[in-house]
Amino acid sequence: MERQVVFRNKWLPYLLLMPQIAITIVFFFWPALTSLRLALYRTTPFGDRMFFVGLQNFQRLFASPQYRQSVMTTLVFTASVTLVGVFISLVIALLLNQAIKGRTIYRTAILWPYGVALPVAGVLWMFLMHPTFGIVPYYLDGIINFNFDWILNGQAAMLLVILTAIWTNLGYNVAFFLAGLQAIPQSLLEAAYVDGATRVRSIIHITLPLLSPTIFFLLVMNVVYSLFDTFGLIDAVTKGGPAGATEIMIYKAYRDGIISLNLGSSAAQSVVLMVLAILLTVFQFRFIERKVSY
Amino acid sequence: MSRKAAVAKKSWKTLLNHLVLILIVLLVAFPLIYAFAISTQSLQEVVGRPTLKLGSSLVKNYREAWVRSNMGRLLFNSIFVAFTTTVGKIIMAILSAFAIVFFNFRGKAIAFWTIFVTLMLPVPVRIVSTYQVISDLGWLNTYVGLTVPLMASATGTFFFRQFYRTIPDELVEAAQIDGAGPLRFLWSVLMPNSWANIAALFVVLFIFGWNQYLWPLMITHTVDMRVVVVGLRSLIPGGGEMLPEWNIVMAAAMIALILPVIVILSLQKYFVELYIETEK
Repeated sequence: MERQVVFRNKWLPYLLLMPQIAITIVFFFWPALTSLRLALYRTTPFGDRMFFVGLQNFQRLFASPQYRQSVMTTLVFTASVTLVGVFISLVIALLLNQAIKGRTIYRTAILWPYGVALPVAGVLWMFLMHPTFGIVPYYLDGIINFNFDWILNGQAAMLLVILTAIWTNLGYNVAFFLAGLQAIPQSLLEAAYVDGATRVRSIIHITLPLLSPTIFFLLVMNVVYSLFDTFGLIDAVTKGGPAGATEIMIYKAYRDGIISLNLGSSAAQSVVLMVLAILLTVFQFRFIERKVSY
Repeated sequence: MSRKAAVAKKSWKTLLNHLVLILIVLLVAFPLIYAFAISTQSLQEVVGRPTLKLGSSLVKNYREAWVRSNMGRLLFNSIFVAFTTTVGKIIMAILSAFAIVFFNFRGKAIAFWTIFVTLMLPVPVRIVSTYQVISDLGWLNTYVGLTVPLMASATGTFFFRQFYRTIPDELVEAAQIDGAGPLRFLWSVLMPNSWANIAALFVVLFIFGWNQYLWPLMITHTVDMRVVVVGLRSLIPGGGEMLPEWNIVMAAAMIALILPVIVILSLQKYFVELYIETEK
């Protein structure tokens, strides 16, 4: 929808946009272009010379077993955080939607971890699950046959970061689901009830289809969250270890660039991640509005 | 089924519902409850059998955490960075959205996409080359470097754009007939109607700013420029000779999380009603 009535001014709109555009160009576009360029070069170990190598950095990257492992790790991490997180949130929201009394209080009591920074949340959880001092391994050790030592056991480390990531985002998901559920007309569910539909059937046949835009939105948001926002969690808790078990792609790109100073490879990894980010954003935009107008 | 039985069945279901919900709330709160309990215990209690019992070292631990991590300075930095980036983002978002919605000008589509493409370039993805830019500008280890590059906000611009588009044309016409220019219209008509939106965005952006980790980690290198979320890491005991002083770590973690949690709890009404309803 184009606005009919606008203000007329030759230079004012440009002036208003200038601060934001300037920051965007200097701190977003310029570095992104530099990354693109850097991905086509190889730097000598001392960083004093650069060679143009074309797409060699990418070829090496895709051939590298470490990178493949990192991609797999990212898949497991992202899928777990997204699917488990969204599913649990949906169940909680459905329960909350029934409880008329105290709904706001419950929502608040589930929303607050959203305010906790992921690295801080990670610190809480790493102690909770600490193999020597933590309360969870202490009481579950005899009951569940699982090695909770996240310092040495890769699976335990993965479980730790997945649980922390889900915990932090749970309230956000639930709040979105609740808003979505409340937009569903009550009369529809009552009609189904009159027709003799059970609660479960009306959820499957009425609630879920009507809720599908919210479900889709949250799936995309959670994928973005797992892929890009969890850097601090990994850095604070596992540093990608043990033995690369939690080295997700974003963390590997950082380590290879900043710590190993393998700039070409790191830049190539950044480019791959950028492509992923662009695909996800376009996907999401397509969905939010079929046609973008200004 | 008789009416009475139906009512009884319903109230049982309600009770069950609440019980399950209370269990969930407790599970969600458990990491915090445990961390708080630990933060009051002495080192002997921490290395003993894990327990939720409160210890007697609360004051001692929090004082130790405060002194050891230079917490006063860390908190100041965090508050400063979170607040400045939030205010900067909101102002830039309002100005940009205003220009995009209420003006027609050449290059509008380019401006729109320039802003929104930033959504596709998260900080970690371009960190190495952004670091270079900050270093060339001489902004490493400065407050300018900590705040200004984070002030562009596609989310905020999008959010205000959605809101401005709901402003009826009649309102704009009326203002024009009264002889109000665009800036006057922005200040006297749009702003008074925007406070709830600003509050909603404030919650999201403040938490985002407070919870920044990679950015401050990369561009600061002295202890006095560190923010809380980054500073916490240095307290975590590694292996070897270090005492497992998790009680001190938990005390520091409590201090690090309290402010953003208060922000979300006190402004959650706006956050849920506006941010979530419109983002959907």
